[in-house]
Order: sequence, then C-alpha cells, then structure tokens
Amino acid sequence: MALTVLVMIPTRNLFAVIVLSGIYSFLMATALVALDAVDVAMTEASVGAGISTVLLLGALYLCKGEEAKPVHKPWLPLAVSISVAALLVYGALGLPEFADPSAPIHQHVVPRYLQNEVDVPNVVTAVLASFRGYDTLGETTVVFTAGAGIIALLRRRKPRDAQP
Amino acid sequence: MRHDLVLRVVAKLLIPFILVFALYVQFHGDFGPGGGFQAGVILAAGIVFYALIYGVDTARKLVPDWLVETLLASGVLIYAGVGFAGLLLGGNFLDYFVLDHDPIHGQHRGIFWVEVGVAVTVSGVMLKIFYMFASRGRLDEEQDKGGGDA
Repeated sequence: MALTVLVMIPTRNLFAVIVLSGIYSFLMATALVALDAVDVAMTEASVGAGISTVLLLGALYLCKGEEAKPVHKPWLPLAVSISVAALLVYGALGLPEFADPSAPIHQHVVPRYLQNEVDVPNVVTAVLASFRGYDTLGETTVVFTAGAGIIALLRRRKPRDAQP
Repeated sequence: MRHDLVLRVVAKLLIPFILVFALYVQFHGDFGPGGGFQAGVILAAGIVFYALIYGVDTARKLVPDWLVETLLASGVLIYAGVGFAGLLLGGNFLDYFVLDHDPIHGQHRGIFWVEVGVAVTVSGVMLKIFYMFASRGRLDEEQDKGGGDA
C-alpha cells in the first residue's frame, strides 16, 4: 500500500493516479479482511475501488489528463499535514493494545451489544440498524444530501442563448 | 466500447449475477457480512457497468431519471417512516420492539425495512451522481459541435 502511494505522488498522469488509487482501495479491503472487518472491507471494495474509480474516470473525461504544475510552493500544506500526522501517531500511541479485551471500549456497551437481545446473528448489522439506528438515519440523510447537492450543482442548465 | 463483442457478452453474463449478489447481500445482511449500504452500492455498480458497456442512453431507458430521483428520496422516507411507525405503535422513535407482537420479530422487521431504506437511497444517489457526470460530458460535446462558443 505504501508503495502504491509512493508511486502515486510523483505521477502527473491522472489516469495512472486513478488506477493506482483503485489498487490502493483493493489492498485496503484485503487489509480489512485480515482484520476480520468483512463488512467494511466489502464497502471499501465496492465504493473505493468500484464506484469512485468510475466516477473519477468520468470526471477525468471532462478535463485534461495531465496534472497542472502547482502555482504555490507546497511547503505550508506539507508542514501542516506532517504535523497533523505526527499528532495522530502520538495519539495512537496512547491507545490500548489491538484486540485487548480489557480496553475501555470493550467494558462499556459492547457486552450488551454482544448479548444480542435483537437476535440477529451479524452483530454489525444489529449495532448499525438497531442500537445505533439514529446514527444510521443520519448517515442516510447525509448520503441523500450529497445526492441532492450533486443535482443542484450539475443540473442540466438551459442553453446560454436562451438566457437574457 | 459499444462494439466490442467480448465485453458485451461478458457483461450480459455478469450483470444478472451482480444484481442477484446485491439482493443476497441485502437480505442476508442479518446473517453474514453486508447490509443496505453495500447492497445499494453493488446494485448501482451493476447498472453503472451496464451503462459503461451499452452506453448511458440505454441505461437511462432502463432506469430513467425520475425513477432514480424517486429512489433517492424515498429511501430516507422509508427509514424515517419506520421510525414514525414505532411512534404510532406506542414506542419511541426508531423503536423496533413494538413493530410486532413478538419483540424479536419486531426488531427483525424494523432492521429489514431500515436496511431497505438505506439500500434504496444509496443506490439512487450513486446512480444519480454517475448519470450527472456522464450526461455533463455529452452535453459539453453537443455544445461544442453546435455553437462553438460554449
């Protein structure tokens, strides 16, 4: 995955970048399967590698295939992203061990989720649709809003000479 | 791509399986991995695949714009409707226990309809975004051919 990103950075051909990001998504899905998060892996494979690749290719069709030279020097954004990354790594060092059963997150509501009073074998679905139903309603509304925004932005306008 | 025989035949063979797999992911989400979001995306991906091979216009005939826009809105309405059904039957908002005499069955029913809502909205939005991008490119071409100043 790191190799994919490193190849992606100096590449100026946007088509190659899109294909590489699709490869990155598939590798990410594999990593998620290795972490036993099959639901997320499925989403990553279908959204990250499938739909978004198609959408990016569609966007590429509308513009030029080569990335333009940047106007500004990249030092300020680079400094910001490196410092944010350092902060995140510093924060991640304070997290409990991976799959540690005594981690705080496994002490609070997880036992109740795993008792599975809704009797649905896939706990992810139970948490997503039942225990956290409000969250999922919000997510669905966000997706709907994204669609509505796309319609508002890209709605087919009337030809220019029809306008005053 | 429209005249490539291999692609057309392979697409014709694969698309039914993609759509059936979407339904499987949708309805088997209670037991295995999957659920509304994944099913919606796979469904949309199947139709996008069809549009890539056979052209956007053919896909638009199959799944017209008004249908996509209706899907997009009705998914959220189905989801919220489940919530209000819980309210009407004497529970809290999004309370599935009251949807059936047996609380467990009520939960199953609630989760089922909620997942349907998510799948409908997600597939609608994905298709709509794809249609928007695709038709925009074609519109620009038409303007270039017609006016020249566009």
